[in-house]
Amino acid sequence: MTKESKSKFERPDGRETDEMRPMTAKVGIIPNADGSAMFSFGDTIAYAAVYGPKVMHPQHSQNPEKGTLRCNYSMLSFSVTERARPGPNRRSTEISKIMEWALEPVLIIDEFKSMVVDVHVNIIQANASTRCAAINAAAMALAHAGIPMKDLVSSVSIGKLDKQLVVDVSKKEEDWEEGEGATDIPITMTHEGELTHIQLDGKISGEQLREALEMARKATQEIYEVQKKALKESIG
Amino acid sequence: MSEKNQRKVVIPGEVLAKGNEYLPGEGTERRGSEIISLKYGLFEDSNKLIKVIPLSGVYQPRRGNVVIGKVENITFNGWVINIGTAETAFISIMEIPRFVNKNELESVMDIGEMVVAKIWSINKRGIDLSLKSRGLGKIDEGIILAINSNRVPRVIGKEGSMIKLIKDETGCEITVGQNGLIWIKGDSIEKELHAKRAILFVAEHSFLSGLTEELKKWFDENRK
Amino acid sequence: METPKLNAERIKKYIEHEKRFDGRALDEFREIVVETGISKNAEGSARVKIGKTEVLVGVKMDVTTPYPDSPDKGNLMVGAELTPLSSPRFESGPPKFPAIETGRIIDRIVRESKFIEMEKLCIKEGEKVWNVMIDIYSLNDDGNLLDAAGIGAIAALSASKIPKYDEEKEKVLFGEWSNKNIPLSKEVPVSITLYKIGSKFIVDPSLEEEDISEAKITIGRKGDYISSMQKGDLKPLTIQEMHQAIEVSERVYNDVLKKIEKQLK
Repeated sequence: MTKESKSKFERPDGRETDEMRPMTAKVGIIPNADGSAMFSFGDTIAYAAVYGPKVMHPQHSQNPEKGTLRCNYSMLSFSVTERARPGPNRRSTEISKIMEWALEPVLIIDEFKSMVVDVHVNIIQANASTRCAAINAAAMALAHAGIPMKDLVSSVSIGKLDKQLVVDVSKKEEDWEEGEGATDIPITMTHEGELTHIQLDGKISGEQLREALEMARKATQEIYEVQKKALKESIG
Repeated sequence: MSEKNQRKVVIPGEVLAKGNEYLPGEGTERRGSEIISLKYGLFEDSNKLIKVIPLSGVYQPRRGNVVIGKVENITFNGWVINIGTAETAFISIMEIPRFVNKNELESVMDIGEMVVAKIWSINKRGIDLSLKSRGLGKIDEGIILAINSNRVPRVIGKEGSMIKLIKDETGCEITVGQNGLIWIKGDSIEKELHAKRAILFVAEHSFLSGLTEELKKWFDENRK
Repeated sequence: METPKLNAERIKKYIEHEKRFDGRALDEFREIVVETGISKNAEGSARVKIGKTEVLVGVKMDVTTPYPDSPDKGNLMVGAELTPLSSPRFESGPPKFPAIETGRIIDRIVRESKFIEMEKLCIKEGEKVWNVMIDIYSLNDDGNLLDAAGIGAIAALSASKIPKYDEEKEKVLFGEWSNKNIPLSKEVPVSITLYKIGSKFIVDPSLEEEDISEAKITIGRKGDYISSMQKGDLKPLTIQEMHQAIEVSERVYNDVLKKIEKQLK
């Protein structure tokens, strides 16, 4: 991307195309949990709590061969401008599963046979990229809970607004209508650079998608540093 | 507390050491020439053996561990005990150091009561506990405190030095279960609560080195 | 861990001597911290911490038709979720009784104390009124979620702005706010729950104390009046004990009010 094209494109909140919103992260926010963390991108705030490994209930869901990761994503009713009905829905059910796929590859839970590690995530305030914030908080909470892991994962959304790629999509950008409109690509990667989750809604060329992956790689490294710092500082 | 006695904290996936002269210990693995952390915890290098000491995580039962548990159920030949593990733990009447009438198991230990026991076997059916040793048996008085099991070694201290300090300072009898449950018994509730607060102080400051000195200071500041 | 019987005996014995494990007096609350504006998309929101117990409360509004028996008044809805995030004892799934009870009790404190001036939330009599929806979420349960929830509801309402309303299109403009607050009475209602342990009442129980309590009574007050009450759990209370509960609740109401009033502004 040339300097010129970069300066031509204006994001609603004035960010550079490769600039994340301010991130904050904190570990140990829920004393009752075995591990817990909060992660935010600007106005999007996720809280995560981990309980386990513990006996899986109901019993018929037990896997005698290995441990199970079970995620539960939900938005507080007042986290969005138009009140969200409490309780699970199709969207939250899907995101919960996506989180399991994004996180489980780095967990070493084979030895926890018939047991479950529960991850509960609540979105306190939403301004797009909530699933990415949820995954980032969950990864930290799992480490904090002492679950053996090969690596952390970090998650970011790459957007294509008209023809322009941007990092860390906000709500206004998600609703972009000019030109080719908005394409949203949430991506999760390990610190080593393996991809554990990708989704895409919209329209993009193969070439530009390759570019988007590069952008995600760079952004997830930035997120990793924030997660790492919070974990290191929180000991106690 | 000064920063210098804070030990180094590492996270999963972090490179702990480079070079083939290092050996991967608990909570780590070798990847190529690097030793990588698999856990969140404190870094330790003892003669090139690299370890991560976890401060969180569930209790991993081991044979020979003394644990504290709660009687959850009574069967025809023993007691089902909850020691905080996923597997159920069991005390058979054969593992009681005296004769027990099969019709009166609840008079020995009833549901809801607490017991100090030793793990003598871990197998596919679960965990078998025994009361056939000194200091084991039903708890009839005192308070029970729960801490994370990974912090038990700090509460006990090198060769039992930390727990001895707490016992001496508070005059309480204290039994520390490896599963993180601790039994405190003193001749007044005040003394028991004093011991409880001291133990929580140690558990909450597990990441410090020179913790015995810190605890001594704590006792000086909190003497009645 | 559920509180073992051993600890229960010690706690009871101590409370008989008017002493508590954490050194508080029987009618003393832990530190209360109230923070409002914790979620920008809500009309109003609050975080309440009582010791390590923590709740989040948010208010959302929309416009609906009034109930037939109150054609010129706004509507109120209160819900509570005891989230599995906040305690190993809470499970996912449909709400269980304690969550339903919490929502119901807080609903009555707000409604019966007439804290919200409902008649000012009428847009067109018999046709259009504002609907105020309060949602309570537990974040960490270390005892006394009930009183934390009540304080949270009051704090969130106090911090709420009414959304913009397009009268021509008869549509709420979600995410845009007028400069009008929700109309509230000057006096603030607070509910105080008393827990009976042995022969004594305590307030603001720790989790251990809550576990061993045999009866509780929630008293909602506003100023000099009691406007809602609910006795819970199995143990009966004598009339003498009710006298005592009324007296203690009045004193504690004033204490708690003083603690939170500064933080509500």
